[in-house]
Amino acid sequence: MGVDIRVENLNAWYGPVHTLHDVSLHIPANHATALIGPSGCGKSTFVRCLNRMHETSPGARADGTVLMGDIDIYKDATPVEIRRRVGMVFQRPNPFPTMSIYDNVASGLKLNGFRKKRVLDEVVERSLKQAALWDEVKDDLKKKSGASISGGQQQRLCIARALAVDPEVLLMDEPASALDPVSTAKIEDLIFKLKSQYTIVIVTHNMQQAARVAENTGFFLMGKLVEFAPTTKIFTNPSDKRTEDYITGRFG
Amino acid sequence: MNEPKIIPLPPVPEEPPSAPHRITPSPMIKTMLPQTEMGSPVAVAPVTPSAVRMFLQAKSSGRMADGAFASLMVVCALSIFAIVILIVSVLVSHSQLSIKAFGWHFFSTRTWDPVSGDFGALPFIYGTVLSSLLAVLMAVPLALATSIFLLDICPKFLQAPISFLTELLAAIPSVVYGLWGVFVLVPIIRDQAGPVLEKYLGWTGLFVEPNFGVNMFAASVILAIMIFPVISSISRDVMRAVPVHQREAVLALGATRWEMLRIGVLRNARMGIIGSVILGLGRALGETIAVTMVIGNHAAIMKNLFAPGYTLASVIANEFSEATGDLYLSALIEIGLALFLVTIIVNAIARLLVWAVVRDNAGSAH
Repeated sequence: MGVDIRVENLNAWYGPVHTLHDVSLHIPANHATALIGPSGCGKSTFVRCLNRMHETSPGARADGTVLMGDIDIYKDATPVEIRRRVGMVFQRPNPFPTMSIYDNVASGLKLNGFRKKRVLDEVVERSLKQAALWDEVKDDLKKKSGASISGGQQQRLCIARALAVDPEVLLMDEPASALDPVSTAKIEDLIFKLKSQYTIVIVTHNMQQAARVAENTGFFLMGKLVEFAPTTKIFTNPSDKRTEDYITGRFG
Repeated sequence: MNEPKIIPLPPVPEEPPSAPHRITPSPMIKTMLPQTEMGSPVAVAPVTPSAVRMFLQAKSSGRMADGAFASLMVVCALSIFAIVILIVSVLVSHSQLSIKAFGWHFFSTRTWDPVSGDFGALPFIYGTVLSSLLAVLMAVPLALATSIFLLDICPKFLQAPISFLTELLAAIPSVVYGLWGVFVLVPIIRDQAGPVLEKYLGWTGLFVEPNFGVNMFAASVILAIMIFPVISSISRDVMRAVPVHQREAVLALGATRWEMLRIGVLRNARMGIIGSVILGLGRALGETIAVTMVIGNHAAIMKNLFAPGYTLASVIANEFSEATGDLYLSALIEIGLALFLVTIIVNAIARLLVWAVVRDNAGSAH
C-alpha cells in the first residue's frame, strides 16, 4: 500500500541555478499523479527530490519539507533509507547489463542482504507478472542478460526491479519517452493497474498520457508549480491562463 | 550545363497518420493536440537552387578516396602479422644452435653455466612469471582503490593533481625506477621492511633472512610501482565511461555508496579493468632494466622472496654484451624466444580466465 506525499516549500538548486521555487502540493496515496510542463520546467528535478536523487548530482541541493506518510525525508531519514521505500523508473531503460533478468529483478533485495532463495523466486515472479513481462521472459530468466531484451521490455524489467522491493511510492521520470507507441501503451496499462497499490508519480512530456493515466495533474513552468488539480479539471477548465496556453499547444 | 534538379517536396498530409493504439483519443484530448502548426501553408522550394545545394551536388562521390583509404588500412593491419612473423623467425633462426643442442630440455633445465656451455631457462622463466604475478597482486588493489578514490571520493581540487601525478609515474624511464630502487627501496627492504616481514610472515617460508635488499621481493615491488599507473589510469577511464544512469539505477534501489560502486561501476567496468590488469601484466613481464638493478641476478629457483632471482629479460640485458661463443649467444637468443612465449602464454591464460568468468555470468552479457 502506498503513502501520501506532502510537499511544502520545496526549493532545489543546481549549483547557483535555482531550478525549483517554493513548490507545495499534496500527492494522494494509491493514485497516479502526473507532472507536465515544457522541457526544463523542473518537473524531473521535482520527482528526483522525492527520493533524494537530486542531491546525487554534482553541486545539487534541495531545501524544504517532504512528508512521505509521516516521515520527513529530508530530516528523519538518510537517502539510502528513503530510496528503499521509493522505487524509481528512469527515462532511459537502465537494466544492469552484466546481470541476468532474474538478478536484475532481485538486485534490490540482494543488495540489502536478502538471501532466501525460495522467497526471491516468488518475488521475481510476482514482480515480473506485475510488470507484464513474465510471459515474455520466463523461459530465459537466468540465461538472458538484462540488456539483451528490447527497449520496451527493458523498461518493464526496470519497473519489475523497482516493484521487487515493494515500495510505497513509485516515481517515474518520463518512463515511456524513449519507447515506441506499442510499448508506451503497455507501460500505461501497467500504471493503470499498479496505481491502486502504489502511490505513483509520473513525469511526462505527453499530455494525452497524463490524461489517460493520472487522477491528478500538476503543471510546472520555469521551476514553479503553476497549477495542481484533478486531471479532468486541468484539461477542460484550467484556472490559470498559462496552463490553458500550454495544454492548447500555444507554447511548449 | 549541369542544372541541378529540384525535387518537389511531398505534399504534407492534412492529418498525421494515427498510430495504432488501444485508446482512441476522446474529443477532449483531440482539442488538446497542438493546432497552430497544422494549418500553416506548406513551404515552397525556391526556384533557384541554394549555394549549399549546388556545392553538395557538385562534390564527387569520394568512392576512389574511400577505396584508397581502405587499402591503406588493410596494409597497416597486415603489417602487424608481418612484424610478429619476422620477430619469431629471427629469434628461431638465431637460436638454432641452442635449440639443436638442448631441445625442449632448455625450458626445463635449471643450470645456467656459460663456462661449461650448459644452458637452461627455467630459473629465468620462474623469476619472470613470479615477479610479474606478485607485482600484479600488489598493484591491482592499490590501483583500483586509487581509481575509485579519484572517481567518486576525491575532492574536486585534488582530482587533477592526483591524476596528473599518476600519469607522470607512467612516463618515468625505467632506469630511473631502477636507480630509485637501488638507493631507496633496497635499503628499506633490507633494514626496515625485512625484519618486520620475517617476524610476522617468516613462518610461510616466503620471507627468510639473509636479506640483502636486492632480491625477488624488491623486483616485485618495483614492478608493482611501475605497472600501478597503467592499471590505475586505464581502469579509471573505464569506470568513468560507465553511464551515470547505471549508478542512478543502483542508488534508486537504496544502495549505499560502496554498493553503488560495486554493482553500478566496478561490475559494469570489469572487462575494461581486467584489460588494464592484463596490460600491466604485459609490461611487468617484459620490464628489463629496473628489475635487473634490484633482483640480485642469481639464476636459482627459490621459494624465499628474500633470495635473489633472475628474469628472462634481465639475463639478456646482463650477458648479451659479454656472451662469448656461438652457443652462449644462441642460448641467450632462445631466452628471448622463451620470453616471447611466456608473454603469449600468460596473456592467453589471463584471457581464458576472463572468458570463463564472463561465460558463467549471465549468458549473453558482455
